[in-house]
Amino acid sequence: MTSKNLTQLNMVIVGHVDHGKSTLIGRLLYDTDSLPEGKVEELKAISEKRGMDIEWSFVLDAFQAERDQAVTIDTTQIWFKTEKRNYVIIDAPGHREFLKNMISGAAAADAAILVVDADEGVQEQTKRHAYLLHLLGIQQVGVVINKMDLVGHKKERYDEVSQEVVDYLAHLGITARFIVPISARHGDNIASIAEKTMPWYDGETVLSNLDKLQIQPPLVDRPMRFMVQDVYRYKGDERRIIVGRVESGILNKGDKLLFSPSNLEATVVSLEKWNSEKEITYAKAGESMGFTLDKPIFVERGHIASTHDNPPMLTRVFAANIFWIAHHELKEGMLLTAKFGTCSWPVMVQSINKVINTDDLQNENQKQVKRNEMAEVVLRSSEMMALYSYVNNPRTGRLVLFDKYDVVGGGIIDMAKFADQRNVSKAADLYSVEHLLRRENREWRNGHKGAVIWLTGLSGSGKSSVAMEVEKLLFNQEKQVYVLDGDNVRNGLNRDLGFSDEDRSENIRRIGEVAALMADAGMIVITAFISPFKEDRMRARAAAGQSFHEVYIEADLATCEQRDPKGLYQKAREGKIKEFTGISSPYEAPDNPEIVVDTQHHSLEECAQQVLTYVNDVTKV
Amino acid sequence: MPMYDYLDELESRTIYILREAYNRVKPLGMLWSIGKDSTALLWMIRKAFYGRVPFPMIQLDTEMELPEVYEFRDQLVKDWGFELKVELCPPEEEMDQTLPPATRSATRKTEGLRNLLLRDQYRGMILGIRRDEQSMRAKERIFSPRTLDGKWDFKDQPAELWDQYKTDFPQGTHVRIHPILHWTELDIWRYTLREKIPYVPLYLSQNGKRYRSLGEKNITFPIDSNASTLEEIIAELEVTRQPERAGRAMDHDSEDSFERLRAGGYM
Repeated sequence: MTSKNLTQLNMVIVGHVDHGKSTLIGRLLYDTDSLPEGKVEELKAISEKRGMDIEWSFVLDAFQAERDQAVTIDTTQIWFKTEKRNYVIIDAPGHREFLKNMISGAAAADAAILVVDADEGVQEQTKRHAYLLHLLGIQQVGVVINKMDLVGHKKERYDEVSQEVVDYLAHLGITARFIVPISARHGDNIASIAEKTMPWYDGETVLSNLDKLQIQPPLVDRPMRFMVQDVYRYKGDERRIIVGRVESGILNKGDKLLFSPSNLEATVVSLEKWNSEKEITYAKAGESMGFTLDKPIFVERGHIASTHDNPPMLTRVFAANIFWIAHHELKEGMLLTAKFGTCSWPVMVQSINKVINTDDLQNENQKQVKRNEMAEVVLRSSEMMALYSYVNNPRTGRLVLFDKYDVVGGGIIDMAKFADQRNVSKAADLYSVEHLLRRENREWRNGHKGAVIWLTGLSGSGKSSVAMEVEKLLFNQEKQVYVLDGDNVRNGLNRDLGFSDEDRSENIRRIGEVAALMADAGMIVITAFISPFKEDRMRARAAAGQSFHEVYIEADLATCEQRDPKGLYQKAREGKIKEFTGISSPYEAPDNPEIVVDTQHHSLEECAQQVLTYVNDVTKV
Repeated sequence: MPMYDYLDELESRTIYILREAYNRVKPLGMLWSIGKDSTALLWMIRKAFYGRVPFPMIQLDTEMELPEVYEFRDQLVKDWGFELKVELCPPEEEMDQTLPPATRSATRKTEGLRNLLLRDQYRGMILGIRRDEQSMRAKERIFSPRTLDGKWDFKDQPAELWDQYKTDFPQGTHVRIHPILHWTELDIWRYTLREKIPYVPLYLSQNGKRYRSLGEKNITFPIDSNASTLEEIIAELEVTRQPERAGRAMDHDSEDSFERLRAGGYM
């Protein structure tokens, strides 16, 4: 193995339709000897069949439709290498109709070559593509003025067209890394200098210019951001592994992490990678990694971990510069889904500030954005989002917009005009609406604190009986108390939910939120649901915070099955009920419940008394 | 042995895609062809899920693979302990007889896959294809939606950027997921060497011949090669100008034979 650099530079070729992008690529491959054996002969044969000279673009235009119409439809990738390194070329269609494919290709690039026809000069898609490069954050742009043979290899024409391109790019804040006059079809100035046809050109070839471009390094020098993808727990394995990717910076074992938007903190105990020979102590930007924490705080997909002193902004509103690729128009008031990393939020288009005309870069005074247009918009969510301006962190400062199933746009976030709302606490936010009343006021009048008393246990363990009994006792003590159970929740609030895993999880999430609100309103809420999954209960705990108290109603399966008050176990055994907890679906007992109530060995009265004593204790003002 | 550090980045990306697929798409399965690519991918699944394989591996079996392939399959299932489902493909007589012979034979797998999807209602199917194998595959998306009968609308693929994949679909569609689309043949062999991943011995040269790409015995042929170790294969591929699928007859029946196969749902 030689020490040759094995890293690769991803390079996208863009430009107006028919300005010769695919031909340039075919020629690059041919000149670097990268075409497989027999390919040139195959190309000749295919070209002849269509009555053409050898057509280099057929190397890439693989679809028969592309060859027949001589137009690239979708983006593709192809590999070649120079003495210096490996390249992946991303060919992007120039036709307006296929802009979404151009974007798909270009978004992955480290650098771009903008191809401009010397004869036609700068055209509509030349400008649009250049603007998109700017929106996609591609800083390294090279320009080739192609088809010099069609303008008699004249320097004057080259100067004219290159000036036009340079001026346009300058408006976007892009300085071209190189400008080369070429004839892709004939190989002029691609791999060797065309001394005969363009003796006036004193620059370097396209290939040697390419070798000077740089691979975009991972953002190791930016503040640490870890996007949570998932949380894994396995049977017979104590670990709760939080998996995801370090988007920027470095994650170290022992780091104290702040999670957004939850604002919870915990310390990294270990970094987890399967089959790793030695202990991992850090992970750099770009690495997929897993870690465990010292505390069982609630963490889920979409949360962003950072260090304490350099967190992302929290906000419900932000501005973005976007491109729009849906067939229908973007309008104010429209509801979309904004995704970045593993976060996903419903957002409303609050305003369309301007629509950019890529032809003259003027702002159009219009209130709708048509397909393939770019615009500056303000988006608002009902939830607190953790965000970062693109200029501060390219990895986490860009978003993709979805409308139902489809990608309809994307762009970069601009937080310049918005304030961080992290230190404006959740409660303070409420006061701004409610002004006069605080939780303490309610507690003072009620004579007790609000609380969520969360009972969990198998079906038949006695949750409902205990709940009802405790409710009655608390009511008699003149406490504000209410029981949430299947009967009063399934009929209304959660009427739309079935019994799939997702629906059961959503059922518990809503109950958790409602219980938290009621506790905030000063009530003692007792919930009586099996709630078999730790994850779901953890979410309920996160909603209610300090007011949450987990009560494990314990009885073994045999006892519960013997009681079988509703005849459900029998039905589950007969297969009439699917996914029945304890029979065909697991029950995850709590690790650290606030109290355990043993209904198997104690009477209902004793159990209710035990809960009552606990509740009175924790709701004391 | 070289460590090929650049592979870490490719691996990280694949693991990210696998975890996205597992989180977003259910039920999920993977087509394991038992070849070098999908076996390397299976190894990365174990990495992504901490030694587990949390969805079934499916082999579309035409009962026409070489005996060494079946032997390797059974041994690996035993060694790694994962769930394997073998889906028998319908016979060639039932295929579209207007197709060229090798293409017709390859279509059996398309039909096997269609049957599987219709019967077991998978929403996502992971495949170990790569962009550098074939120019049609070069145009693939990482998450590539199909109709339930497997059709690929390659003229109107969804936009895909910045690791945001289209993971929600209307009923009746399934998504093909391609976690190693960005790897090359050389990358896979360097990775196999570095990670010590097992592979079917047919890839190594015997009597001056080796299989560069494994397929059914009636439509796949070995190439001339003396590479009898992984190091030698890597050295060979660093200089070769022979395309990888030269020994796969179905690619060469006619100019668009592979396009027709893929549009119809072939892998």
